[in-house]
Amino acid sequence: MNAPDSSPGSNPEQEAGLDPGTAEELEQERARVAGEPAGAHTDTESRLAKALQQTMSSSWTVSVGAVLLAVVAGSIMIAFTDEDVKAASSYFFARPGDTLVALGQAIGGAYAALFRGSVVNLQAPDFVTAIRPLTETLTYATPLIAAGLGVALAFRAGLFNIGGQGQMLMAAAAAGWVGFGVSGVPFPLHLLMALVAGIAAGALWAGIAGLLKARTGAHEVIVTIMLNYVAFYLIAYLLATPGLLQAPGSSNPKTPPTAESAQLPPLLGEQFNLTWGFVLALLAVLGVWWLLNRSSVGFSFRAVGENPRAARVAGIDTGRATVSSMLVAGGLVGLAGASQVLGGVTTGFSSDIDAGIGFDAITVALLGGSNPWGVLAAGILFGAFKAGGSTMQAAEGIPSDIVLVVQSLIVLFIAAPPLVRAIFRLPDPNRRRTPKKAKATRKEAAA
Amino acid sequence: MSADHKTTQLDAPLSETTRTVTVVSWKTAGVLLTVTVLYALLLIAVPHTGDVRFLLSQRGDFFQIPVIVVPAAPLAWACGAVMLVVTALAFVLTARGAKAPLWAVVLFSLAGLIGFLAWAGAGSPRDLSIVGLLSGAVLWSVPFVYGALGGVIGERAGVVNIAIEAQLLGAAFTAAIVSSITDSAVAGLFAAVLAGALVALVLGLFAITYHVNQVIVGVVLNVLVIGLTSFLYSQVLVPSAETLNSTTRFQSIPIPVLSDIPVLGPVLFDQPLLIYLMFIAVPAVWYALNRTRWGLRLRSVGEHPKAADTVGIDVVRTRYNALLVAGAVAGLGGAFYTTVNLSQFGENMTGGAGYIALAAVIFGKWDPVRAAFAGLLFGFASNLQNVLSVVGSPVPSQFMLMVPYVVTLLAVAGLVGRSRPPAASGEPYIKG
Repeated sequence: MNAPDSSPGSNPEQEAGLDPGTAEELEQERARVAGEPAGAHTDTESRLAKALQQTMSSSWTVSVGAVLLAVVAGSIMIAFTDEDVKAASSYFFARPGDTLVALGQAIGGAYAALFRGSVVNLQAPDFVTAIRPLTETLTYATPLIAAGLGVALAFRAGLFNIGGQGQMLMAAAAAGWVGFGVSGVPFPLHLLMALVAGIAAGALWAGIAGLLKARTGAHEVIVTIMLNYVAFYLIAYLLATPGLLQAPGSSNPKTPPTAESAQLPPLLGEQFNLTWGFVLALLAVLGVWWLLNRSSVGFSFRAVGENPRAARVAGIDTGRATVSSMLVAGGLVGLAGASQVLGGVTTGFSSDIDAGIGFDAITVALLGGSNPWGVLAAGILFGAFKAGGSTMQAAEGIPSDIVLVVQSLIVLFIAAPPLVRAIFRLPDPNRRRTPKKAKATRKEAAA
Repeated sequence: MSADHKTTQLDAPLSETTRTVTVVSWKTAGVLLTVTVLYALLLIAVPHTGDVRFLLSQRGDFFQIPVIVVPAAPLAWACGAVMLVVTALAFVLTARGAKAPLWAVVLFSLAGLIGFLAWAGAGSPRDLSIVGLLSGAVLWSVPFVYGALGGVIGERAGVVNIAIEAQLLGAAFTAAIVSSITDSAVAGLFAAVLAGALVALVLGLFAITYHVNQVIVGVVLNVLVIGLTSFLYSQVLVPSAETLNSTTRFQSIPIPVLSDIPVLGPVLFDQPLLIYLMFIAVPAVWYALNRTRWGLRLRSVGEHPKAADTVGIDVVRTRYNALLVAGAVAGLGGAFYTTVNLSQFGENMTGGAGYIALAAVIFGKWDPVRAAFAGLLFGFASNLQNVLSVVGSPVPSQFMLMVPYVVTLLAVAGLVGRSRPPAASGEPYIKG
């Protein structure tokens, strides 16, 4: 998309006028982008390796600690609201054992149901039913990953895309309209048309926000929020109008079912809900990773996100980067919307087709650290929570809203490692290193 | 190529500043023209004849004003003419290098609004109640205005308050329980304030003490509070709805004499306590931010925390302080849902109002008074639906409902332009 000479790898003179710090950073970036064996940058590399080692050694314990804390908080909520626990605790001092048993049943039952609904059902009679929950998790994860990527990509370009709802609605409408309105097109072609329509609609809707931001400086937060409402009412109108999106012969604001030839085929056979949409989401992860880390366009996105002024000085067209990053972000959210209509809900949809995924995607992107692989992992985790939450609600009568609480606590704790370390009395890696270093220096001095 | 490049680099800051100035002023005129053209297209494409009946007083009012019946089409076109004149004025002024004055924009908006209402209500046998339209707008703006005030206070101190939604919802929930138990709306209001401040405290703990990205904390807190309140609602409030979820609401208090003023009286002076508080809160927040030592310190911490620290202002403490006040103010807005509007709590009943309040903060350029007016605009938007559904609208109601948001988009793009947040907004302060 960018002119070749704006690619950071091709024009060394371009950086000549920069101050040394920026030039060095660009140099490092160039080495990374071009994949050069950076012999001259051993200093950088060792620094990078050290940082990596540091995060690896500490972040795992912190992540586990964060999940533990969130689960404990969820358990407390279950314990305080469970009827059996309440009944048993009224005679706690007479027979404390009863309370403990009730507690164990309430909390254990809840998390067992969560696991049964999201990973493996060990009570299942056959293999297919046993692994069904896992495929359900991936089914729920599909739109979360795609939309999460959209939000994450915008984050990397320094934009806060709260417009996932609107982008998904527009994408769902476009994909759905092609999906049931066009007939006589054979299977793979029809599906492809619907997908492209959905992705394009999402991209255009987000592109409006990007264009307004680039041209007039309108804040993208307010624009995307307003576009959510506009999209919602637009879809509501289309759904209520015969001849547009409304199913013929019906007065409900609902579309006709998606044509067979436009549906995403099942990935593992008819007995599972999982479709090829998941593979598309995986491809999107790969694509975003490539775009951000290996392409000059992605480099310009990140540069603008890190420091728009420095990026402009370095010759990057910031306005263009803003618009194109929003277009790509919207396209990814559009993929989520299209996968909903073409794979998730094929029996016709109404204006709640976005199912809050546009907002969930923000949490997914944040938990994933705005990095494509992180988004993949976070999307699968949240998919598991969604799948398990409904099982928990059905089996144990615990409102699935508790899943929201546990999810958000996990993100919150992971974002605050010092807090988790303080609670679990984990050593602080930064503090531990300093005295060692001091000791080493002293030794050197003694020698 | 490289030589070219350097020239542009050198010129960039200078040309950019000059360019921005001119672009901004032409933009206002351009947006006015766009709106005028769209308005005219609407009148031409969907012509609407008949009379419109503006109802300016309610039954039982001290002064009775007869229903004003006007032929709709001429009125709508007359309003369009006013809009055209203002647009022309804006172009002339811009050409002379001056900015279009605020009163012109206000006149333009008023003309557009009256014309739109005339067109919408044309031919309807029912009266279009102006009082209902405006007093409903004031009522519905309560959560937006309080939320926006909370957002402004937080951000002027350098903490992005995306958790307005969480503060509103948490406050609504707490107010519902406390007001139900105590049978007192005032007690509910106090509980709401505490709940809002509590959410703000959690935000502060993560954002200020632990330096977590403020956007992350805000968004996550919103989800957390939705989850918590929905969970507790179905586990605790639903089983004992009689005792825990049937609140005592604030009643309207008509202010003697003032409430008898035609139109304005019932709109402004016959409202519940929470709304009078809002009338006081907006100027109070403005005064506190701009005319007191507390406000000066708060703003300095939001603009340049290091400088503030250097002169001996405790950045962390000032930010906590501001955030708690912000949460408390937003909490007042949350109380609206369960102590004014409805007498019970419902799952996720704020439905994104916090995000609208956030939009109002940015729309109002981080100024409490402007943000409050932006909140009022969104309140008007929320209420328009109710009034138009009574009249029966000529175009699909969905498009009517969309109009305020489209207007906001145009306004943000054209009239507000590049908005500059407080310099240190979103930056955690790490001493040293």
